[in-house]
Amino acid sequence: MTGFINGLILLIVAAISYGTPLMFGTLGEILTEKSGNLNLGVEGIMFMGGAFGLGGVFYYEKLVGENANGVVAILVAILAAFIAGAFASLIFSFLTTTLRANQNVTGLALSIFGTGVGQFTGELMRVKAGGYVTISNGLKVFFSNTPFPKALTDIPYVGQLLFGHSVFFYLGLLLAIGMHLYLNKTRSGMFLKAVGENPATADAAGINVARNKYAATIIGGGISAIGGMIYITSIASCVWNHEGLAGVGWLAVALVIFCLWRPLSTIWGSILFGALMIMYLRFPLPFIPTDIYKILPYVVTIAVLILTSLRNNKDKQPPASLGLPYFREER
Amino acid sequence: MKHEANTPLIRLAKRDAMSGGAIWAIRVGSIVLSLLIGCLVILITGNNPFKAYGVMIQGSLGGKVYLQQTIKIAIPLLGCALAIAPCFKMRFWNIGAEGQITAGALGATLIARLLDGKLPSLPLLLLMCLAAIVAGGIWGLIPAFFKAKWNSNETLFTLMMNYIIIGVVGWLQNGPWEARQGRMAQFSKDATLPKVLGIHCGWIIVLVLVLLMFFYMRYTKQGFEIAVIGDSKNTASYAGMKVGYVMMRTMFLSGAICGITGFIILSGANGTLASNIANGVGFTAITVAWLSQLNPFAMIVISMMLAILTKGADTLQTQMNVPASLSNIIIGLLLFCMLGCEFFINFKMIFRSRKTEKEVDAK
Repeated sequence: MTGFINGLILLIVAAISYGTPLMFGTLGEILTEKSGNLNLGVEGIMFMGGAFGLGGVFYYEKLVGENANGVVAILVAILAAFIAGAFASLIFSFLTTTLRANQNVTGLALSIFGTGVGQFTGELMRVKAGGYVTISNGLKVFFSNTPFPKALTDIPYVGQLLFGHSVFFYLGLLLAIGMHLYLNKTRSGMFLKAVGENPATADAAGINVARNKYAATIIGGGISAIGGMIYITSIASCVWNHEGLAGVGWLAVALVIFCLWRPLSTIWGSILFGALMIMYLRFPLPFIPTDIYKILPYVVTIAVLILTSLRNNKDKQPPASLGLPYFREER
Repeated sequence: MKHEANTPLIRLAKRDAMSGGAIWAIRVGSIVLSLLIGCLVILITGNNPFKAYGVMIQGSLGGKVYLQQTIKIAIPLLGCALAIAPCFKMRFWNIGAEGQITAGALGATLIARLLDGKLPSLPLLLLMCLAAIVAGGIWGLIPAFFKAKWNSNETLFTLMMNYIIIGVVGWLQNGPWEARQGRMAQFSKDATLPKVLGIHCGWIIVLVLVLLMFFYMRYTKQGFEIAVIGDSKNTASYAGMKVGYVMMRTMFLSGAICGITGFIILSGANGTLASNIANGVGFTAITVAWLSQLNPFAMIVISMMLAILTKGADTLQTQMNVPASLSNIIIGLLLFCMLGCEFFINFKMIFRSRKTEKEVDAK
């Protein structure tokens, strides 16, 4: 029995570590979609975030050498990833909001472009460094280990469950709660939702539609990109690994639908999907081959897509104008 | 001057039909712009951009063998773009071409494993192609069914279907169908497409498909239905079209053509099935389809252009140590510029000038 419980705790801890990148990816996309922009470029944004986040820490450590500080390194990584994602989303916003291009195709283009940029940057850093890019073990622990003291994590059972995760998980929790409060309790959050639901009405009420769309998409893209950075620095242990990152961004887009555009639901939603991603390693079943077991998250996503489309509940719908362009002149 | 506050600096207005020459000038200009931005990326790597583009052209077109390899890359891109065109025309965002290619190849492999050696080459190849059509078609039909029935999100559905079929092929490759070290056995000569002019005859198949697709989209009732649904589903319903049925039919067709593409890659180029058989073709083909404005003949040019970029970037990697993913960056830039340039074709900008202010005052 203790063996089973320990196994379960290990699975949950692993699920949370695989779920954290998804949580950021999903939260960013929720903010974007609340403005009515459907940015399908999350996959590319997370690639860019991963490559630039890793690059940020790598060059920071190269610059300061032995004196590298873990907290500063984390901030550098977050900032580098955020800027990369914000830049990618700026391209998206400019094309769809100002130049009125189709959101679906622009998002797909951003996916192709972003995965290209991410992989290119990752490989280029490897070539330039002559060998492979990684950071020192002393710095790595700041990204993958818990920020809490050993006394707390050593509490039997609950210690690992509550305090055993990387600092990013706790940041993600704060972000989810913050976004929930922003969208539901603040004036500017309400304005943003109004733009996503009915831009014409929002415009008539004096809300600047374009500015809201730009701001939400750019900040949302930055947050999604941080998810990519977390994947590379914690799960891929600071080595560029495009195969591991492939597909995470798309799962994040699916998770937005699964969580019904609610920031708080991303907390358990992303842990659940993290568990689905890692089950084949931590919970192998002898009668299911690994290759088949690995497709579990995608099968569940399809089931979720079908189920959410079946239930036509009014308050469980996407923002009404999601994916639709808004031209004031065509009202 | 009191009206100045009300007149924005730039106003937009829908443009009347622009002349064909001007439209193409803008489009070619946007392609040149994206290549120029690509120069900046090459500069970052510390190489001379013009030399790099020279190497890319040399490596993709500068010799018979290189040209043949480039055309080999273009064949599946063209085939798959033709498959995507009717879906996108219908505003059905099928990004599952990757999986439909894999499903088609899986269907064809099944036939090859059952009947290779028992049938002569031609009927065997025809049966393989038929199996690919059915398998690819069904893989495309499943998401369309749910879209038609319950309006589930087709973009994510088709995408997830990719991972599923790729996982299934990965299992077959590492398990029941494994020949040695995670690879399946190579097909016999009977199950391989014959060569015409040094390249497997898949190029003839896709060129025939270009003609058929052009005819289908422009001159048939079904093509018209697709166009109407793309413009407005409500209009289509009022006109008595069965939107759900047309959606399912079109997605079966799209999946079937992807299946044929999978069969061509399988039997023409690779000679064996592997889980990475589609290798990103399904995604790049979206770019081909959109850059060609869904025009089948333009797709021939664009697929060649992207094949030149892909093959050229490979050469660039071996010769100048520039990562081959450069091709994806330039393809992305191409798409951005082409998407952006449509704005200047469809709208004109009216700048605030003294003349308009006077007109306003006069009113």
